[in-house]
Amino acid sequence: MMKLHEHQAKGVFADAGIPTPSSQLATSVEEAVDAADSIGYPVAIKAQVHVGGRGKAGGIKLVEDEAEARSAADAILGMDLKGLTVDSVLVEEAVDFTDELYVGVTMDRSAGKPVAMVSARGGVDIEEVAAEAPEAIVREHIDPAFGMHPYQARQAAFDAGLGEVATDVARVLSTLYDLWAAKDATSIEVNPLMVTADNEIIAADAVMNVDDDALFRHDDLEAMEDEAADDDLERKANQYGFDYVRLSGNVGIIGNGAGLVMTTLDIVDYYGGAPANFLDIGGGAKAERVANALDMVFSDENVDSIVFNIFGGITRGDEVAKGINEALGQFETIPKPVTVRLAGTNASEGREILNTELVTVEETLESAVQDAVENAEGTN
Amino acid sequence: MSVLVDDDTRVVVQGITGGEGSFHAQQMIEYGTNVVAGAVPGRGGETVHDVPVYDTLATATTEHDANAVVVFVPPAFAGDAMFEALDTDVDLVVSITEGVPQQDMARVYRRLGETDTRLIGPNCPGIITPGQAKLGILPGNIFESGNVGLVSRSGTLTYQVVDNLTQRGIGQSTAIGIGGDPIIGTDFIDALELFENDPATDAIVMCGEIGGEDEEAAASYIDQNVSTPVVGFIAGRTAPPGKRMGHAGAIVSGSGTGTAESKIAALDDAGVPVGDTPSAVADFVEETL
Repeated sequence: MMKLHEHQAKGVFADAGIPTPSSQLATSVEEAVDAADSIGYPVAIKAQVHVGGRGKAGGIKLVEDEAEARSAADAILGMDLKGLTVDSVLVEEAVDFTDELYVGVTMDRSAGKPVAMVSARGGVDIEEVAAEAPEAIVREHIDPAFGMHPYQARQAAFDAGLGEVATDVARVLSTLYDLWAAKDATSIEVNPLMVTADNEIIAADAVMNVDDDALFRHDDLEAMEDEAADDDLERKANQYGFDYVRLSGNVGIIGNGAGLVMTTLDIVDYYGGAPANFLDIGGGAKAERVANALDMVFSDENVDSIVFNIFGGITRGDEVAKGINEALGQFETIPKPVTVRLAGTNASEGREILNTELVTVEETLESAVQDAVENAEGTN
Repeated sequence: MSVLVDDDTRVVVQGITGGEGSFHAQQMIEYGTNVVAGAVPGRGGETVHDVPVYDTLATATTEHDANAVVVFVPPAFAGDAMFEALDTDVDLVVSITEGVPQQDMARVYRRLGETDTRLIGPNCPGIITPGQAKLGILPGNIFESGNVGLVSRSGTLTYQVVDNLTQRGIGQSTAIGIGGDPIIGTDFIDALELFENDPATDAIVMCGEIGGEDEEAAASYIDQNVSTPVVGFIAGRTAPPGKRMGHAGAIVSGSGTGTAESKIAALDDAGVPVGDTPSAVADFVEETL
């Protein structure tokens, strides 16, 4: 799932005709101050990272003048927000509002169809509202064969008790649904959708997550992908075409198949280790992919040891073994100890090919994980 | 006995001339599966592994009286392929393709509800009744005929658990990989119901993972409707919220739904032992039998 940054999503929303505050993206303090001056005070300075509760964590500041803008931009740019470094801020006109609403569209996976949501209780974490007062969120399921009928948007807005602004909110919701469908979004939301004293509505925040599997038909969104990535290694994984998630431990994990890789992470934890990453090399992995996977995990400075767990169905053990030998043969000394476990198709051929001067070979998942956990502990 | 597939299943492979389709059609045939035809637009009249290829799926299924279709079609075209398969009215469609856009699948799912066809997948390894037939990409050599039914959201995790069972001499009645996507045809409850009604299945292994609430729903279904002993496994205990762990469906939401803890607790409440490791699952199955 590709998460757009707020400024990217707002651009998409604005192009579709949803009112958004005037704003500019800035990557330096000077740019931020210039942007604030040209927009006019007060402005909000907002960190562009994928972190929930940015405001509470100090990633959003409301400023009244140039001096405040300078110190806020200086504080936010480069700050570490829940593990992510802030590289850019959105400088945005502060909207004077009387009400904060919520509108969104997401896939209801258990129903197998999209659901549109409206609530008069915007401006707070909507998942908290859902937990405390589920009746405060109006839900309208949508038949994907027909799309959202205009009456459904109106019904949701009126049922949410939006009164005078209901028709305008319904129009925004219809536009959001059309965007959701046209852009292959997995979820899309505005929280808060602000209502001004004149009953104008304006999207003060924007969330848009896009289905990775549909990016092939959205060149415009694919172009945003690199910038949307949170971290250099995740960017590298995109380029290699791996499913990769970075975690905080020191045992690197490479495997094939999402369920088995997740299980390998869990077993590392079970034996007292801490997984550094999730890396699925996918089915039918050839030597080059194996080498790329090792390169990725070696380049993660948090990693102290690696467990390589392959259960061959489509993936053949001898191919994997060749890839491991090739990748490790390039090093004079192996940067981090690698433990390999091969099972399934051509596993015994693979085990014979593996160069045991470069790697440790283990027979079972459990013993391989234990070995890698011990190696990681030994380095601390 | 078994569920859904056996010696009498007559299979058409959609996409039989592609790399994956051709390789796995051959593997399926070598395993003894009754592959009667292939379907690829523009390739009608050819043969692949001695199997005749047709331009349209409807002709292939009609000419050969087929009752099952396996879909090996690239993701961009898989939605269309599934519509084509559903419109032939076969009993079973197994969609292997990984990476089908979610919104394409939502439309297929809606159509599925109007048909009598069972869909397995997408993004799944398929289904196997050891010694009789396999539809999909599961490595046949690790399976052995027996009395344990297996249902799983993950391919390689299934192989791992099956390997642990087979090495202890515990065979399988049928193994169903239901797939790792958020929207799938056959779910845990469907599979549990099939195994519960199968006289050849004496125990069931259910391998779930983080994301969604299907495991929780399955746990309450087991509590109410399943007398066959069930052993569980849940992958993703260490997954952080908000990150997609490979499978499109494997994601813990920001609010904490879809966690491994919640699924394990639900299974626990339903009296289903949950193994910490795949070999612990095999231990539980061994005790049960």
